[in-house]
Amino acid sequence: MNMQHIFNEIEKVDPEVYDRMDTRRSIMQRFTSASGKIALAALPLALGGLFKKSYGQTGGSGIVKVLNYALTLEYLESEFYIKGVDSGIVPAGTPAEGAIKTIRDHEIAHVAFLRKVIMSMGGTAVTKPTFDFTAGGAFSNVFTNYDTFLAVAQTFEDTGVRAYKGKAGELISNNDVLTAALQIHAVEARHAAHIRYMRKARGANVKPWITGKDSGIGAAVQASYDGEELTTQATINIAQFVSASAASESFDEPLTEAQVLAIVDPFIS
Amino acid sequence: MDTKLEKPAMPIAIQAEDAAKVNRRKFLSYAGMAAATAAALYACKKDDNNMSTAPAGSIDLGKGDVGILNYAYALEQLEAAFYTAVIASPYAGITTAELALLTDIRDHEIAHREFFKTALKTNAIPGLEVNFSAINFSNRASVLATAKTFEDLGVAAYNGAGKLIVDGGNLLLAGKIVSVEARHAALIRDLISNGTFADSTVIDADGLDGAKSPDIVLAAAKPFLKSVLWGGNLPKQ
Repeated sequence: MNMQHIFNEIEKVDPEVYDRMDTRRSIMQRFTSASGKIALAALPLALGGLFKKSYGQTGGSGIVKVLNYALTLEYLESEFYIKGVDSGIVPAGTPAEGAIKTIRDHEIAHVAFLRKVIMSMGGTAVTKPTFDFTAGGAFSNVFTNYDTFLAVAQTFEDTGVRAYKGKAGELISNNDVLTAALQIHAVEARHAAHIRYMRKARGANVKPWITGKDSGIGAAVQASYDGEELTTQATINIAQFVSASAASESFDEPLTEAQVLAIVDPFIS
Repeated sequence: MDTKLEKPAMPIAIQAEDAAKVNRRKFLSYAGMAAATAAALYACKKDDNNMSTAPAGSIDLGKGDVGILNYAYALEQLEAAFYTAVIASPYAGITTAELALLTDIRDHEIAHREFFKTALKTNAIPGLEVNFSAINFSNRASVLATAKTFEDLGVAAYNGAGKLIVDGGNLLLAGKIVSVEARHAALIRDLISNGTFADSTVIDADGLDGAKSPDIVLAAAKPFLKSVLWGGNLPKQ
């Protein structure tokens, strides 16, 4: 990994990056000193951490900040499906193509809607990050292997559902925004169910709902599913009514913003 | 009838400002009528603090968060009873895969029903009597069409009720359930016609799912219930 190259790239996009972060020298120092302690594999995450520190401020405050967080996730999803459709990886003329285009169009609509709401509240919409859908190589064939594409899609949708759910409480003071967020949240869940159904048809061991903390994908996406195995809700043991599997499936679980950002950081170049 | 929540034509902040102006104007126009205003305020207060009485023979869902949880409990009872009947006598030609999926959904709805019943304790409404006379349980199309109605309605009900909930913990619980209902809705729709999981009959141009008020939802559920539900004490906003 060429750190200097990465910083040069950042500088091209954002000439003020060093003002935001401190100085070029100290940022490099922070990194070199950190790299002595952090394993090489953890570096993309550490870099993501720096991004959060420098760009987290621009999201506004309160409800606008939550909306900008949602917008960032919608940018991720919309660009993913745009690129996916453009790549030709989705078999043309099939129901799958229609489904992926439907989902793509919803994510594009969510981006436009959230930007509109943010601006109507006097906020500033964050700009779209530059994405790397291979996640630094973890999904290097994301746009050349259909199953990888669907696996990443499933992870994005299930994570999106958990991300919106985790923010509902912070929107409780604004009825309009809360309702809209819930409406988007449900659409992401419909997407997740359909993508999972598509994967099932291709042999993956998944159902439209999440059983335990199984992803049906593998360790690379486990952080998006950890915590879904809960079978106790508000101190009530749901497994006394139905099987443990059904108990975990019947309630989807939230993720915190920190958990979600750690999940999506590898997808931000 | 499409009963999605009206989205503001104007930006929300502007709308709120206009609403404030209107309210202020309204208030000023009433300001001269001090005695009448005082009486009206007293009436409002009284209305807020004292429960209105449910019509004879109906089940009062209650007020506040308890009312909303009972409202959800009622819908989960309806769904659980429906899928229990579906699994008890599966429709002609049901596949192994469909039976497994519908059995999962039945179990999820039972989990939701029992959760609310347990959480509400003595505040829980009684078990409801259903009316499924319009459903042909031996016919796939009839069963799945009813399932679609219930699941889309459930999603819109939770989405519309979110803003009526006061407690953040209750809101999160509703959120944990509504996405599972949305997963059900998507699957049922795909079983009817693959690819209709989130089509334009249920998702609007902004990419938003439905959100319906309790009044609308209770009216839609009414034909499927012998018991009569009454939501007159439910929070309005």
